[in-house]
Amino acid sequence: MSGFTISRRTMLAGSAALLASTAMPVIGWAQTPKKGGRLVVAADSEPRNLNPAIVASNGVFFISSKVVETLAEASFDGKDGLQPRLALSWEGAADGLSVTFKLRDGVIWHDGKPFTSADVAFSALQIWKPLQNLGRTVFKDLAAIDTPDDLTAVFKFAKPTPFQLIRNALPALSSVVPKHVYETGKIEENPANNAPVGTGPFKFAEYKAGQYYRLAKNTDYWGKDEPWLDEIVYQVLPDRTSAAAALEAEEIQLAAFSAVPLADLDRISKVPGLKVITKGYEGLTYQLVVEINHRRKELADVKVRQAIAHAIDKDFVVKTVFLGYAATATGPVPKNDPQFYTADVPTYAFDVTKANALLDEAGYKKGPDGNRFSLKLLPAPYFNETKQFGDYLRQALAAVGIDAELVNNDSPAHIKAVYTDHAFDLAVGPPVFRGDPAISTTILVQSGIPDGVPFSNQGGYKNEELDALIAKASETLDTAARTELYKEFQKKVAADLPLINVAEWSFISVARDTVGNIANNPRWAVSNWADTYLES
Amino acid sequence: MTRALILLRRRLVGSIFVLLIVIIGTFLLLEAAPGDAVDAYIVSTGGDAGMIELLRHRWGLDQSELTRLANYLWALLHLDLGHSVTFSRPIREIILERLPTTLILMGSATALSFGLGSALGIYAGAKPGSFRDRFLSIGSLALYAVPGFWLGLVLIVIFAVDLRWLPIGGIESLASDKTGLARAADIATHLVLPVSALGFIYLALYLRMMRAGMAEAWRQDFVLAARSRGLSRRRIVLAHVARNALLPLVTMLGLQSAQMLGGSVVIESVFAVPGLGRLAQEAVAGRDTPLLLGIILTSAVLVIVINLLVDVAYAFLDPRVGASEAGA
Repeated sequence: MSGFTISRRTMLAGSAALLASTAMPVIGWAQTPKKGGRLVVAADSEPRNLNPAIVASNGVFFISSKVVETLAEASFDGKDGLQPRLALSWEGAADGLSVTFKLRDGVIWHDGKPFTSADVAFSALQIWKPLQNLGRTVFKDLAAIDTPDDLTAVFKFAKPTPFQLIRNALPALSSVVPKHVYETGKIEENPANNAPVGTGPFKFAEYKAGQYYRLAKNTDYWGKDEPWLDEIVYQVLPDRTSAAAALEAEEIQLAAFSAVPLADLDRISKVPGLKVITKGYEGLTYQLVVEINHRRKELADVKVRQAIAHAIDKDFVVKTVFLGYAATATGPVPKNDPQFYTADVPTYAFDVTKANALLDEAGYKKGPDGNRFSLKLLPAPYFNETKQFGDYLRQALAAVGIDAELVNNDSPAHIKAVYTDHAFDLAVGPPVFRGDPAISTTILVQSGIPDGVPFSNQGGYKNEELDALIAKASETLDTAARTELYKEFQKKVAADLPLINVAEWSFISVARDTVGNIANNPRWAVSNWADTYLES
Repeated sequence: MTRALILLRRRLVGSIFVLLIVIIGTFLLLEAAPGDAVDAYIVSTGGDAGMIELLRHRWGLDQSELTRLANYLWALLHLDLGHSVTFSRPIREIILERLPTTLILMGSATALSFGLGSALGIYAGAKPGSFRDRFLSIGSLALYAVPGFWLGLVLIVIFAVDLRWLPIGGIESLASDKTGLARAADIATHLVLPVSALGFIYLALYLRMMRAGMAEAWRQDFVLAARSRGLSRRRIVLAHVARNALLPLVTMLGLQSAQMLGGSVVIESVFAVPGLGRLAQEAVAGRDTPLLLGIILTSAVLVIVINLLVDVAYAFLDPRVGASEAGA
């Protein structure tokens, strides 16, 4: 662990002490754990498909990760940042052609059938590889799975696949669903996609559209004395202001994923009985990125891109847009990543004079109206912060003589404009770093991606050297060598700026003081909550 | 009775054309919006080119607009509203699930704004130009000017957060196993705030209309006649002045039903009420054309039925209405 995703001012000071204490289940709040109770949580959306094996996304995990478990979960202190779930151990062969998983014994599905290696083989080959949004990339070379016995699954790859990548993908990509439920009929149309069956600490009990999801305790859970809670109810609250009000009125006990807007946190942290928690999202880092359309001749010039990087005051963005709940970025891997991050990259200090000089050098002199050229700027509408940064960027560009016209769209229109129609010059996007650059990061700068693929390089950027580096890293088996290649990757991206990384942030939880064992792993909000409890 | 029937038949024939225009208009409007249901879906999931193509194919979005519109209309002819891609469920099922909630919310809010609005209107119109008249007129106008979501939030902060008298949102207590009367009481408690927020906004219209109608009626000769007959003031106000001012309010009631549906979009979001308005918003955000069409169709039918009822009621209340149509 080299740092925090969220550098809340006060927390940074004691980060060393906090890091040391992450091994302890409860941080700061002395509580007496209690069995039972109903935890009511705010949910802001209702995913159309609740099967995390098909849709590996935080919105789905938030609910389904309590029902359907993965082979391993992220951990603050476990080896390679992992802790066992359905798999007890994982071993990669030296040739990169196989990975052997030893599975947990005595696990049963919510419908009473035993969990075996056949379920793992079915999930991986029939779902992760052909259907899953992320698995289609990571498991593309998965050829077969041997199941010598009920508790052993050997993944066979057609091409050498780095074990490090598979390991890093386990927490998000390895949800195991029961073969006996899915083997008949079309997987995409299986009713269990909306009422998942798993091995997790909670069973899916009830869904009332527009109102709530209810999960009930799994009394046959493999974890000793777990789960602590009797029930989890997700109350659907589409309006963000009502989540804060519901917490204050004690109608809900937890709002995760920044359901309470940043601007309300200061006030709500002073309400007696409520706590604001910035931990527990270290494995879910969002990156604030300026996407660039290199088809524009001005933006195809690296000097112009560097000038834009110099024109952005990252500290100001963190302080003003994120109210301090973020960190400045140096490159395509976030600072809080324990494996790959390097600070040894070209940096661009906030320097308007230098930006102006670079633009002059590039041959774009200021016109009589003080403008050099005009651009179309499309901020992604998914987060308040991406929209606000769009407003900031317009002003920052104006200061160096670039006239940016803001174009605001709703989510589907933005996706189409940027990733299919390429109708942008600059866009503000929030890509996610998922623990390994090969999962969803290299795709942001790699060339040769078909039109219409969201959160990928659709800016027409092509750099053969960088493409070669990405290709090499994807087949380098040695962990140290592979890590080194990704450090090189960060340097190259920071030097050539196919996109500009501005800041890194994650989410905030607000909970009542009575909720215990919050944020005890780096993906807490999307983990299984087996040890979460309610104090009476 | 025949008068009402003839009216009904005429209206029904006209309604079908109205509905057809509404459907085609909505379809084209939503198609003109950039991005389709797959674009909306991949916002939260991402995905590669193959997956996106597969989704477009599976959701029928790789067909031309015209084919899809024709398919939709053909299915509609068989009373099939189609399948929602955002909810992956049959649309009729989703709408039937949400319709009662919206009907209760709208019905109660209409009753509140009509009842209280006309009562206050009578109170104000009993003495046009008096202090209470001015106070009520200005006060109701101020309420009308307030944005619905803001009124809703203020009510939440006061009654749900500070006083904790009422629940913050939802239509009933979560997973509470309540049945019968206890459940009805629970739902009623949950409806107090959203109904107030929605009802208070439209109250001004009825109040002002009633008041204006009464102010005019006061100048009529029959009022003078009533006075000269020595009737009590109370009787003049209620039986003569107010009664004559009431008829336009009934017309308004029909017109307002459409407005109310629009207002419920905001109120249902603020109060997390699972009704049609919120569903419509989700359908637009998800570019779920068939779902939005289903909702609009349902709303249109609702508005047409309400207006029909109003017309029929009117035909009974006022013998002049329908007489000419029956002769035509």
